[in-house]
Amino acid sequence: MLNRFMQMRLRDLVILAVILFALPLFLNNPFHYDLATQMAIIAATVVGLNLLVGFAGQISLGHAGFFGLGAYFTGIMTSNYGWSSVPALVVGAILVGIVAWIVGRPILRLKGHYLSMATLAVGFIIAIILNNERALTGGPDGMPVPAFTVFGWELSPFGSYNLLGMELNGSEAWYLFAAVVLLVAVWLAQNLIDSPIGRALRSVHGSEVAARVVGVDTARYKSLVFVVSAIYASAMGSLYAHFQGFITPAVAGFDFSILFITMVVLGGMGSTMGVILGAVVLKLLPQVLADFQELETVMFGAILMLTMIFMPKGLLPTIQTAVGKRMKKKAGGQA
Amino acid sequence: MLKTILRRTGKFAAIAAAGLVMSAQAAEPIKIGSFLSVTGPASFLGDPELKTLEMYVEKINEEGGVLGRQLELIHYDDVGNASNARNFASRLIRSDRVDIIVGGSTTGATMAAVPLVEQAKIPFISLAGAVVITTPVKEWVFKTPQSDRMAAERILADMKDRGITKIGLISGTGGFGSSGRTQTLEVAEKMGIEVLADETYSGSDTDMTAQLTNIRNTDGVEAVLNFGFGQGPAIVTRNYDQLGIELPFYQSHGVASDSFLELAGDAAEGLRLPASPLLVPDSLPEDDPQKDVVQSYKAEYEARWDSKVSTFGAYAYDGLMLAVQAIEAAGSTDKEAVREALENIQGYVGVTGVYNMSPEDHNGLEADSFRMLEVQNGDWKLVN
Repeated sequence: MLNRFMQMRLRDLVILAVILFALPLFLNNPFHYDLATQMAIIAATVVGLNLLVGFAGQISLGHAGFFGLGAYFTGIMTSNYGWSSVPALVVGAILVGIVAWIVGRPILRLKGHYLSMATLAVGFIIAIILNNERALTGGPDGMPVPAFTVFGWELSPFGSYNLLGMELNGSEAWYLFAAVVLLVAVWLAQNLIDSPIGRALRSVHGSEVAARVVGVDTARYKSLVFVVSAIYASAMGSLYAHFQGFITPAVAGFDFSILFITMVVLGGMGSTMGVILGAVVLKLLPQVLADFQELETVMFGAILMLTMIFMPKGLLPTIQTAVGKRMKKKAGGQA
Repeated sequence: MLKTILRRTGKFAAIAAAGLVMSAQAAEPIKIGSFLSVTGPASFLGDPELKTLEMYVEKINEEGGVLGRQLELIHYDDVGNASNARNFASRLIRSDRVDIIVGGSTTGATMAAVPLVEQAKIPFISLAGAVVITTPVKEWVFKTPQSDRMAAERILADMKDRGITKIGLISGTGGFGSSGRTQTLEVAEKMGIEVLADETYSGSDTDMTAQLTNIRNTDGVEAVLNFGFGQGPAIVTRNYDQLGIELPFYQSHGVASDSFLELAGDAAEGLRLPASPLLVPDSLPEDDPQKDVVQSYKAEYEARWDSKVSTFGAYAYDGLMLAVQAIEAAGSTDKEAVREALENIQGYVGVTGVYNMSPEDHNGLEADSFRMLEVQNGDWKLVN
C-alpha cells in the first residue's frame, strides 16, 4: 500500500497538498500567513522557472522582468483602466508569453547559454522602462494596486470571509487561495514534465545532439518551455501585485532574477518539490536573519556557499538520496 | 570543549532569566518599531537615521523614559527594497505588536507599508520626502521631512525675489529627480514662472555638457535649476562651471551636504539651494527658535558617533521626538489617542523645522522651514 503510494505519479502533489493545508495549524498570526502567502506565490513562479532550468537546461537571468511585467500590467490595467483582475492577469500573461517567444525563438536555435545573456538584457530593459515611464508606472517610487476582484467579489488581505461556515480573515483567505494556486501550478508542471514534451525536453537536457538525431525539434521545444515559464512568472507577478497592494520596479530587478535562479539551484534543479523548498528557505532567511542585521549578508552568502559545496545537487535531492540509502540499508539488514 | 559550551549556555540562560525577571518587575516598555534602509543603495539615509534613533532612545531611557516606561526600539533593515519594507512593517505590527512606527527611509518603502498601517490603525511617522505620502492626507500616516514640492516653492520664490521669471530645468531620472521635476513644473506654472528648457540625465551619466549646452542655447533663460541626487548634481555643477555659464544656478535640497561641496569644489561657488538649518548651525540668528535644538543635536550626534551629522538623521530625531510628545500628550499608548495627539501637535520646534500638525496637514512644515543657502568661499552662507 505504502509502496504503491510512493510510486504514484501524483505522489508529490498529494504530499504538498497535505503540507499546505496542515500548515495553518502552525501559523499563529497574520504576519506568518503573510509570509506563507508570498512563499506560495514565489514558489509557483520558481516551479515555472524550473521547467526551463531543470528540464531544458537553459538559464534565464531575467525572469523577474517577466514577473514585474505581469505585476505592472495588472497594476496599471486594474487601477487606471478599471479592468477586472482575471482578464488583466490573462492578457498580461499572453503578452509576456509573446515577448518571451520573440526573444527566445531566434536565440534558442543556437547552442549554448546565449539565452542567459538575452534574458539578462531583457530583464534590465524591462526594469529601466518601469523606472522611467513615470506617468504609467509611478517611476521608482512605485504604484498602488487594488485588491484582487472576480465578478465584483473582492479578495483583500484586509477583508473577512466566510468559507463553508469557517470564519476567515483576509490573510488566511489569501493563504488558502495562494495554496490552491501553487497546487495548480505544480499539477500543470508535473503534467508537462510527464508528457511527450517533457520527455523531449529531458532528452535535450541530456544531449542536444542525440535528441536532434532521433528527430526532436529542439529549438521548438526549448522556446515552448521558455514561453511557458515566462507565463508562469507573469501570472504570479499579477497575483503578487494584488497581494502586496503596492509595487515598485524592484520586482523586475536583477537582484530578484538572481534570487529566483538561486532558489532553483539551492532547492535542486529538476525537482519540483526541491525548488519549492528552495523558495521557502530563501524567503524565510531574511526574516530569520533579521536579528543579526550586520551579519545578514555574510550568513546568507555562507549558507549558499556551503550548500553549493556539500549539496551540489540541491537540498531536496541530496536529502532524498540520503534517506533512500538509509532505507535500503535497513531493508537489506532485515532480509 | 563541550563542557565549556555547556557552561556558557548555562551562564547565558541565567543572565537571560535574570533579565526576564527584571523586565517583568518594571512596567511594560513602550515599543517603537522602525524599518530603515540601513544598508544598500539608500544607506546614506538609513544609517544616520538608525544611529539617531538608537542614541536618543538610550538617552530618553536614561532620563527615565516616557510616562515612566522605558522605550524599546525594534528595528529592521529593509535594504532599500519596498517589498522587504512591507514585510518588516507587517512583522512590526503583527508579530512584535509595536505601539508606533517611526521609519521608512525612502518613499517606496513608506508607500509599500501604508496600506498595512492604515488597516492595522497604527500611528506611522515616515522619514521619506515625496508629497504623495501625506497628500491626500492618510489618517494614520505622518511625515517629518519637507516635501520636494516645498523645496520647489522655496527655490522658485527665491528666484522671483531676484526678478527671474524664465528658467531652464535639468533633473535626474531617479526617484528624487523625477518627482522633483514634476513638482517644479507644477509649482512654476502656479507662480507664473516659465520653464523654457527641460532636460534630464540618468544616474550613471558622467557628463551633462550636452544638456547644459541645450539650456544655454535656449533664448531667454535667466536661471538654471538642477533637481537631482547623488553624484549627478556635482557633475552638473562642474560642467556648468566649465561651460562658463554666467546665469544664477540653483540646486535642490537633495545635495545639501558637506560632501557635495567636496565633490563640486570651486565650481559650486555662488550656487544657491534650500537646506535644513543643520548645515549652518552657527550662523543662525540668535532669535531663531530652532538654533538651540539644531546646535545640540549636532553636538550630541557628532560626539556620540564621531561622524558628521546629516539632515536625514534629523528627520529621525524629529520623528522620535514627535512620537514621544504625542504619547506624553495622550497619556497612554492607546493608538487612537496617540494619533489624535500627533495630529494636534502645535509649535514643536525640531531640527528640520517648526511643526504645526492639523487634521488637514500631517507634515506640519512650511516652505520657509528651508533656509536658502549660497556657497561662498567654499562654505555655506545663509542668505535668506
